[in-house]
Amino acid sequence: MPDKHLSTQFDSDLDKISSRVMELGGLVESQIYQAIYAMSHHSTESANQVLEIEVRVNGLEIEIDRELASVIARRQPAANDLRLILAMSKTTANLERVGDEASKIARMVKSIIDSGTARALPSNDLRVAADMAAGLLRKALDAFARLDTSAALDILKEDDQLDQEFDGFVRKLITYMMEDPRTISSSLDLLFIAKAIERIGDHAKNIAEFIVYVVKGTDIRHSSLNDIETALR
Amino acid sequence: MVETTNTPLTSKISVRNLNFYYGKYHALKGINMEIPEGKVTAFIGPSGCGKSTLLRTFNRMYGLYPEQRAEGEIILDGENLLTTKTDVALIRAKVGMVFQKPTPFPMSIYDNIAFGVKLFENLSASEMDDRVEWALRKAALWTEVKDKLQQSGSGLSGGQQQRLCIARGVAIKPEVLLLDEPCSALDPISTAKVEELIAELKNEYTVVIVTHNMQQAARCSDYTAYMYLGDLVEFGETEQLFFKPQRKETEDYITGRFG
Repeated sequence: MPDKHLSTQFDSDLDKISSRVMELGGLVESQIYQAIYAMSHHSTESANQVLEIEVRVNGLEIEIDRELASVIARRQPAANDLRLILAMSKTTANLERVGDEASKIARMVKSIIDSGTARALPSNDLRVAADMAAGLLRKALDAFARLDTSAALDILKEDDQLDQEFDGFVRKLITYMMEDPRTISSSLDLLFIAKAIERIGDHAKNIAEFIVYVVKGTDIRHSSLNDIETALR
Repeated sequence: MVETTNTPLTSKISVRNLNFYYGKYHALKGINMEIPEGKVTAFIGPSGCGKSTLLRTFNRMYGLYPEQRAEGEIILDGENLLTTKTDVALIRAKVGMVFQKPTPFPMSIYDNIAFGVKLFENLSASEMDDRVEWALRKAALWTEVKDKLQQSGSGLSGGQQQRLCIARGVAIKPEVLLLDEPCSALDPISTAKVEELIAELKNEYTVVIVTHNMQQAARCSDYTAYMYLGDLVEFGETEQLFFKPQRKETEDYITGRFG
């Protein structure tokens, strides 16, 4: 928010929560990168680190929600303050879910490593989608910090590409399973990883939608890209 | 509010190009607005923005002071209140007003209400009893005072006095009720009762309320007008105005960024 409130305490409360949300975003991002590393390097150690960060993510989510509730109780925010607070709460929930997805990836990676079939699987083909999802989340957090609606719109478009990438990967995985049924069990783990990556993109998209909600006051969830572009004009 | 979104609103009071002067000071600058019938309309804005001045033009309260004058039109039921030949007392019977500080008359609770009614209607003793009870019930005061109707109105608590004034305003069955900061001297419980009452009243009356308390406007009005320095900055549905105002000035004010 560029303009200051008459109450500097209100401003500093909001700033504090805002930086907490960004801190949560940073933690979750590092979870994703560790998970991707674990996946492409078959590293149990990195997978374990993802799960360790999970604990901090959960704690931070609760803390942010408590602080938001306190601001609502004490300030009765209206208009753009109200929209920002609602969006921060929802963004927090989405970030925590991203953390869950990263943990899911870490657990699947460990299961694949334990099965001993890691090298036979096309896990490197997931790198593109994984990097795309991580990039989307980073962009969403940047756009949220700057309340940049045009960046938000780009994220919505990119998420569509990620969804296509996911569909392509599923087709590829099916051919692997048909060729060698012994890989089915691990392929399913890989499928769950792919799904988790796709979900991360969806969460980034949700965060992008909240940016439009804060700035324009319009709820663009479940709208077509065309309608959204019209709303942003 | 949902049920009214699509029904066209009839306007009870139409304000057209209203200018108001305190001597040379230009207090209201070309105000145009329609006050919807059977709804609660709130005026908000910083001190000195003209919201009370605007409210007071609706029943010609300013006429008490020679140096104050209004230009333009305030149309109530097809009649321009500013130029009409109708007796001002009749206008005020139609457009009642409750002030910031409770102003009970120095008489019994019963007479506080009966006094105004007697000026306009000829009721039998039992009809008057009924009317007093009806008005006190409307103002959610009946159960608290029914056993002490002959006691002085000034013996009541602040919140009760204010509800007595509202009962007095309602008793003559006005069409419009103007409330000028009705809760600013009340504790939260009395405030809640008055707000409850406002919600109740709008079924039969058009209510216009001036308030410094933005949350109060948000809670009890259907429409809100934001005024600043004698201008009407924004006027619209309360829900919209407090969620996504059209004007940045309004947003700055309601979020406490004003100044």
